[in-house]
Amino acid sequence: MAVSLRDVRRKIRSVKNIQKITSAMKMVAAARLRKVQERVTAGKPYAQKMLELVEAVSPFAGEAENELLASPEGASGLCVAVITGEKGLCGSYNNNLIRKAQTYIDVNGGRAVKLITIGKKGTLYFSKRGYNVVNSFPQIGVNSPFGEVQAIADSLTGVFTDGKAAEVHVAYTEFVTTMRQTPKLVKFLPIEPPGSDEDADQDDKKYIFEPEAAELLRALLPKFVRNQVYKFLLESLASEQGARMTAMSNATSSAGDLIDELSLSANKARQWNITKELLEVVSGAEALASK
Amino acid sequence: MAEAVFHIEVVTPEKVVYSSEATSVVAPGNLGSFGVLAHHLPMVVQLGVGKLEIRETGGREVLMALQGGFFEVSENRVIVLADTAERADEIDVERAKRALERAQNALSDLDNHSIDRERARAALARAEARYQVASDGRNH
Repeated sequence: MAVSLRDVRRKIRSVKNIQKITSAMKMVAAARLRKVQERVTAGKPYAQKMLELVEAVSPFAGEAENELLASPEGASGLCVAVITGEKGLCGSYNNNLIRKAQTYIDVNGGRAVKLITIGKKGTLYFSKRGYNVVNSFPQIGVNSPFGEVQAIADSLTGVFTDGKAAEVHVAYTEFVTTMRQTPKLVKFLPIEPPGSDEDADQDDKKYIFEPEAAELLRALLPKFVRNQVYKFLLESLASEQGARMTAMSNATSSAGDLIDELSLSANKARQWNITKELLEVVSGAEALASK
Repeated sequence: MAEAVFHIEVVTPEKVVYSSEATSVVAPGNLGSFGVLAHHLPMVVQLGVGKLEIRETGGREVLMALQGGFFEVSENRVIVLADTAERADEIDVERAKRALERAQNALSDLDNHSIDRERARAALARAEARYQVASDGRNH
């Protein structure tokens, strides 16, 4: 027997401590996930109504010039906003997204692509590797006020309206289930004019607009965009918590397996010690008896 | 005769603040306040900063401080998409008053060029709306 009983017991103790931490982290992630999901649900009516409103107004706005609907003249280049988490210990959540974003960036211009990173993990990764990170923000937290979104949204639209990029894409993580999250890359700006398909129901409702539709749309779109950003951030946050929950749940059960294995070898070691002592006693007694 | 009612919802990016049946509503349009009764024609209005007054079916009046947003009427439903909306009873009158005084002081100091007057004016309008709603709400 190679392992000493004391070593094995020490190892069991340390694995048990790790297990306590991972199972606590799992519980925290589960509570946070629930909170984020509540926020997502609470925010849905606004997002839905906002979309309806944009769809209702835009057919009447005509060929209105709107800085969010078309790339500024002479603008070129690409900007990608990468939304990652602030912390690790959430399985491959950050890595999956970073890999997806990096592949896309490398194909579409590499170092020339302007990056806006949200979340410490992505910020560190891309700035260390010499990518062109033009701006970075921390990812919002579970209890962050809505106001934090404004600065991020402003930065994303700013790159576009200042003509520094002809297109803005967002890499975020879609929340499918607690067990499954998919990294996604979507075009964010210019906005594809919503509801412009055929203008079929234009006569359905005769709206009174105040101010006129074009101006109304000008006021609406920034809010629409901001809400989109909010959605991306929240969904990524939910994915992160889901990923962490799964990762910590796996870690907890692996720790359990390890403890079982270690207990087995601890017991073996203990039994072997007893057997050895017995042998010594018995052979000692026999030696005396045979004299 | 039964009162003509319509449904009204006040929604912010974070939650549905209010949802009820009402007989009339007065909202702070960007180009001036306006009132809406039941069966209004479909309409979309941009809102400014100010006071939203809803008269519920029971005659009770609900006051809210709004900070910008949009107002949509269609099919006898009113939807107020506000950036923020605070019910009168959620606003701390004393705090609102202090904020209002701060905003007034900041603006009245003409020699101070360090402040952004545009922003200060907007802050003043917000503070005014909140204070008004809070103090009106108290007297109801």
